[in-house]
Amino acid sequence: MSDARSDIFARIREALKVKAPKPHLKGDGAPGKTSTVAKPWLPDGGETAEDSLTILAEQLAKLKAVLIRVPDHASAAKAVAELSVSKNWKKVAYHGHDLLRPVAAALTCENWEADASFDKQRLEGCDAGITTCESIVAQLGSILVSSTSSGGRALSILPHVHVVIAETSQVVPDLGAALALVKARHGTDMPSMLSFITGPSRTGDIERILVLGAHGPKELFLILVG
Amino acid sequence: MDDSKAIFLKDATVNAADGDQRAFINKALGGYYTNRDLQKARYRDWERARDAASMAKWSAVNDLANVLEKFVSNFERNGGVVHWARDAEEARVIILKIAEDVKAKAIVKSKCMTTEEIHLNDALEKAGYGVVESDLGEFIQQLRGEAPYHFVFPCMHVKREAISELFTKHLGTAPTDSPEELTMIARRHLRQLYIDADIGITGANFLVAETGQISITENEGNARLTAALPRIHIALSGIEKVVNHLDDLSVLLPMLATAGAGQPMTCYNTLYSGPRKKGECDGPEEFHLVLMDNARTRILADPEQRDSLHCIRCGACLNVCPIFKNIGGLAYGTTYQGPIGSVITPHLRGLKQWNHLSAASSLCGACTDACPVRIDLHHHLLRNRRNASKESPTLFDLAFHHGFTFVIKRPWLFALGGRIFRATLPLLQKLPLPYMGAWMKTRDLPKAPAQSFRDQWKNQNV
Repeated sequence: MSDARSDIFARIREALKVKAPKPHLKGDGAPGKTSTVAKPWLPDGGETAEDSLTILAEQLAKLKAVLIRVPDHASAAKAVAELSVSKNWKKVAYHGHDLLRPVAAALTCENWEADASFDKQRLEGCDAGITTCESIVAQLGSILVSSTSSGGRALSILPHVHVVIAETSQVVPDLGAALALVKARHGTDMPSMLSFITGPSRTGDIERILVLGAHGPKELFLILVG
Repeated sequence: MDDSKAIFLKDATVNAADGDQRAFINKALGGYYTNRDLQKARYRDWERARDAASMAKWSAVNDLANVLEKFVSNFERNGGVVHWARDAEEARVIILKIAEDVKAKAIVKSKCMTTEEIHLNDALEKAGYGVVESDLGEFIQQLRGEAPYHFVFPCMHVKREAISELFTKHLGTAPTDSPEELTMIARRHLRQLYIDADIGITGANFLVAETGQISITENEGNARLTAALPRIHIALSGIEKVVNHLDDLSVLLPMLATAGAGQPMTCYNTLYSGPRKKGECDGPEEFHLVLMDNARTRILADPEQRDSLHCIRCGACLNVCPIFKNIGGLAYGTTYQGPIGSVITPHLRGLKQWNHLSAASSLCGACTDACPVRIDLHHHLLRNRRNASKESPTLFDLAFHHGFTFVIKRPWLFALGGRIFRATLPLLQKLPLPYMGAWMKTRDLPKAPAQSFRDQWKNQNV
């Protein structure tokens, strides 16, 4: 008896002996396949860095994510410390990263480096998780985190609030640019998880009414430095 | 009449007469239409984007053997294990075997229609495993003991009062009429389950050949948690989900969100390349991917309908379908409802038993217009009707076809028939016509013209 794999491939090869016509395209030609080809038909991500920042701010507002722009890293630490007080956070976990350690140091509540001592029960009980990110997509308001830039898989999803600290230089115009950057940076050695986060966790499963904080963070803060 | 057809006719008739439920569904979809149109307007050219999405899927599906091989070799290099299943039974056996090998006690699942297709929960429960659906809609449907109503919005037909009652009964929570409070009840209940589960089961929306990653789209974060906390991750996917390039996702992900739910992008779009890597602090120790055929190669072998394998399961065709909106999702009796379900179910489960779904269509074409990957949906419904009548013609099909062929080949007979029909039409007006009762109740037969069309044509050209 042949194995399932060879059987399935044999079926595929047999099936594809008969060619199927190309789809009826309405545009003026087939699209490009590489990321160097612009896609001027998708939603706009901005021509200039300034345009992109404007679009990003609009998108985040619609998604009910909070954008806080600060001039430098010291102000970012101050902004997070203020948030922790106003939101009454008791426990905060953060990704062990040189830019985040000073942020954690400025906190007055209990805090720890999640990647150094990963404990899922402890992480579930914490109010906020602070991470860096790979890039930010202006076009869609998406923040790309990864298992290497964001303290593993759980830190950006399990705590009830997610705080991302990034620099304006990490903002890219569109999804294609973000994916190209991922390939350039990681090549064939990808982080085991890469996740585009587009606003706080949400559901519309009950009567199609939007509720934030279905299973992941109820609130999402992006602190943008520079 | 086959059982599936009899049940369909009965349920469809009952549901179509339930004005209250229809109004509820229409109201639920109202917000979707508004948001979808707002998001579509952000596309600088939606039609070009559809071209790109459709070509991305076309080029992968029409080169499936090579693209799949490339995907698998990249996926395995990243440390994941691939399993192959020719059909649903093989897929169930593979997953049960993994559960047994790792001595699983608790299993948490994120939304995956392919697992619905193979009735995985039943199999796991029969083998003694506790399995919990973590997507809110699927969780509600699991408690109700009911199949999903819509493959993207599983419990869109359930009113909040019923959900509150359900939670009171199963979870012992206080009644509430707030969707937010109901969501928070499920959130609190499920959080500990992710932490305790040994196995997390997910689906896959795309398999990226270039990088060997699988892409999962979701709004709630339950799939993220399912693939982060348990020590074993199992993903089940149909072989047709593969795409060539990572960059294909720059088109497909936003379009899936916009067409499916009226969003710019679904809340979490996550790429997994394997189990936890050296140096990473969390994530599963093992990552198993089950690649399943289950009749997909049968669709592939039909070049006319091959494009139905382009489907990205956005559900846009359901949301615009007048049949779906009137009879509801459960009446279909299928894993995949709406136009795409009517097209592919005959391939998955047999044309003779499921052709009635293709007949239950007004052929308005709204589905084809809505499809982000340009599947020729309403024509496929016609093709299913034609194929069914070729494969197993009914007596009526045979009599009508042969009778019509006989008459149309003899112009004198055709003319005679027309003359007799025109002469007897006034009589027919007064007779109760067999099988026409429902139609004639609100309609009158038109008056017969004095001359046949052929005579009028002849006279005009003299």
